[in-house]
Amino acid sequence: MPTTRRQFLGIAGGITVAGTIPIVTLRPLEATPAMLNTAIRNVVGEAQLRIGKVKIDIPPLVENGNTVPMTVSVASPMTADDYVKSIHVFNEKNPQPNIGNFYLNPSSGRAQISTRIRLADTQKVVAIARLSDDSFWQVATEVVVTLAACTEEVN
Amino acid sequence: MAALINVPTKAKRGDVIEIRTLTSHIMETGFRRTMGGALVPRDIITTFTCRYNGTEIFRADLFPAIAANPYLSFFTVAKESGKFEFEWIGDNGYSSTASASITVE
Repeated sequence: MPTTRRQFLGIAGGITVAGTIPIVTLRPLEATPAMLNTAIRNVVGEAQLRIGKVKIDIPPLVENGNTVPMTVSVASPMTADDYVKSIHVFNEKNPQPNIGNFYLNPSSGRAQISTRIRLADTQKVVAIARLSDDSFWQVATEVVVTLAACTEEVN
Repeated sequence: MAALINVPTKAKRGDVIEIRTLTSHIMETGFRRTMGGALVPRDIITTFTCRYNGTEIFRADLFPAIAANPYLSFFTVAKESGKFEFEWIGDNGYSSTASASITVE
């Protein structure tokens, strides 16, 4: 029986959602979830990680992992007594788990940073904020990447 | 190296202003290989700092996961007229600076 367009799209959609398109064949290293946890513990130490306050704005599906726009914001009054000290962003499956550390202070006025990042694969991106009372807050989001970055061959 | 800086030229005292910076840099990850299989050495910007009339107001540690030609946007409170100074430091002794002025009323 010939495959109908509807069936084909259904299958293609399923593959994309499952993130199993085998784009990257040569990947010497990747940040495993264990490396991700180690990188997070290096920043957080033994402190408790709480869910909330932090927000990541990133496209849920990106075609090109080489430049993925990302904004991280934290709900904070940014006063001298209650502000965000730093924002740390991590990934799960790039060759290295760190993306960036961003240091703020009360005169930042707004706890928000934007940059463009590389993602080597469909994976989880984690942002952690350290507040002035040394509490840590985190959020994680899943990004589907169709064209990987970082490990492609140099032409 | 060329840097694009976007800072409001004028602001009211106490306003929260956005600062956007873009600098040209390859940000070679150190994880890529040539067709021959040789690893291409890492060459990235590792630190970005912004000072406002001499006081550090924002700093970032960058890793290979930051895209080429690093773009950064962040905020600060306009306190006084003066100068923002930007500095990028990286591998192989890379260093680059830029500045922008603001008038605060």
